[in-house]
Amino acid sequence: MSAITLTDVCKSWDDFEALKNINFTCEEGKLLVLLGPSGCGKSTTLRLIAGLESPTSGSIRIGDRDVTNLPPVKRDISMVFQNYALFPHLNVAENILFGLKARKVNKAEQEKRLKDAAGILGLDIFLGRKPAQLSGGQRQRVALGRAIVAHVPVCLMDEPLSNLDAKLRQEMRQEIRSLQQRLGMTMVYVTHDQVEAMTIADKIILMKDGGIEQHGTPAELYNKPATAFTGNFIGNPPMNILKPTKEMLSLCNTMIPDSVRGEKLLIGVRPENIELREEDGCEVTVVATEYLGADTLITCRVKEQTFILSRQGRLVFSDGETIKVGWSLEHTHLFNSADGKRIELQGGGK
Amino acid sequence: MPRHYWNHINGWLLVLPAVFMIGLFTHYPIFSTIYHSLFSTGTPTRPSIFTGLENYSYLIEDDIFRKVLMNNIIYSMCTVPLSVAMALGMALLVNRSIVGRSLVRMSFFTPTVLPMIAVANIWLFFYTPEYGLFDQISQFFGGGAHNWLGNPNTVLYCLVVMVIWKEAGFFMVFYLAALQQLSPELHEAGKVEGSSNWYYFRRVTFPLLGPTTLFVTVNAIINSFKLVDHLVIMTKGGPDNASSLLLYYIYENAFSFWDTSYAATLTVVLVLILALVTIIQFAIVERRIHYQ
Repeated sequence: MSAITLTDVCKSWDDFEALKNINFTCEEGKLLVLLGPSGCGKSTTLRLIAGLESPTSGSIRIGDRDVTNLPPVKRDISMVFQNYALFPHLNVAENILFGLKARKVNKAEQEKRLKDAAGILGLDIFLGRKPAQLSGGQRQRVALGRAIVAHVPVCLMDEPLSNLDAKLRQEMRQEIRSLQQRLGMTMVYVTHDQVEAMTIADKIILMKDGGIEQHGTPAELYNKPATAFTGNFIGNPPMNILKPTKEMLSLCNTMIPDSVRGEKLLIGVRPENIELREEDGCEVTVVATEYLGADTLITCRVKEQTFILSRQGRLVFSDGETIKVGWSLEHTHLFNSADGKRIELQGGGK
Repeated sequence: MPRHYWNHINGWLLVLPAVFMIGLFTHYPIFSTIYHSLFSTGTPTRPSIFTGLENYSYLIEDDIFRKVLMNNIIYSMCTVPLSVAMALGMALLVNRSIVGRSLVRMSFFTPTVLPMIAVANIWLFFYTPEYGLFDQISQFFGGGAHNWLGNPNTVLYCLVVMVIWKEAGFFMVFYLAALQQLSPELHEAGKVEGSSNWYYFRRVTFPLLGPTTLFVTVNAIINSFKLVDHLVIMTKGGPDNASSLLLYYIYENAFSFWDTSYAATLTVVLVLILALVTIIQFAIVERRIHYQ
């Protein structure tokens, strides 16, 4: 039993409210990503689960135990820190075994777990080295090793890959994912990188200003963003959020059902869902084109509003050129402009 | 001239001021001292003559020298570990968030900013028989009067207590600076890994403070051979040389007895002791210290 449940959790420092009424459950054996821009409260949430901070109100349960007031060591968790938190004067083996020695696990068991972890992570030949003699990826593996040998069901990760270069980050996130699945760990993973979140998560919680914006699978967040913020945060390039000006409404006039047509709307459409059309599209002006190799990003303008569309392959337009674009109803997301909440299209959308 | 010659000349010119100053004030005095220790002390009627190692053979037979050296060893063995340990303890205390932290930090550090002469005068009052602070307290609880500084058995330890009070706050500042350099993430990792405070201190904090401990210890040892101001004020080395230390004995020989050759001989011994201590510390201990 290692599901993690937060109930009505609040955290404030003096008059700053870092977390407002957080409620969620991370199911056993699943990988939950806490995603959001910096300052949104995701790291604070993780630290509350770890027991490094205590909530102002609310309760935290791990499995069938209420751990709200327990110190970290009694919560049966392991944690990987952003800067790895390796002890610089201890070698790799000592770093990995630090916790087991502190908890006085017997020597034979220590040796066995060290051997297993080193094998899994490919650290066998580095066991005698100090952290300073390791590369970033190897240090990351040592930090993972420390989490693995603890043999606890819950693992917390605080932006574990943010100090690695792009290529290594991709490798390590696959490694972390396969490790989590192989060992059946319940993992809470904090990141600000939506690509990382999308690729690794079973469920994502997107946070903003100390509250939960949306909790769902990566596909749900991508295909049915609950708010304009979610739509804009998930996906690269981000979803276009457009104001329903007269010109913009005319651009998609035929597609918005009468039932929700009004003035308090925001229209969301993903760059990859905007098509170039020959005949029935609307005319827009090309502002810039960026060729990325596999795709081309085209920035277009209609009156004061600009949006981006992306198409596969290489497309060449000159700036100022007029093209015709359009998108279908199923790719139109509507949000209430007052609170940013999604408005369901009746009988339409996905 | 080829370019690399200019580089050499430039380099030498740049270090020249430092070489000159160190040569003048460190190296020349050492060699001059060794040279003078091989001669007798000259007087107007009997000029200084070369006597070889005669001063050194006298030194070996000198009972006062042996007594003073033993005093200094006891004094160092007490002040160094105690002041360093107290400094570390105080630094750990004020590194936490405790009530009145600034006030506590300040009061720990205050003895350091006082001149040694002032400290010696304050403590001279503390130790005064009958109406000194300690005797007043002791008499309040029905104890008798003590001549703390007049008793050969207690005088050295009275100085030890005072010097620890004076020095610990200074060393605390170095420890405090080092503690604040330690990443809080490490401590959090320690907590998650289940280490107790003591285990974490023993396995992580103390080893990471190694460079500071080395630096502070070297300084404490050098100070224990170098600080004599308080002797001038408080005891003049007495009673019966019971509180005299090596440097004070050198001072007496040089400027009270005007036996400059013998003072030079004693100085050579002092320099040798300090050089030996430093070499041991940096050569042996340093290999086991982790520098970040």
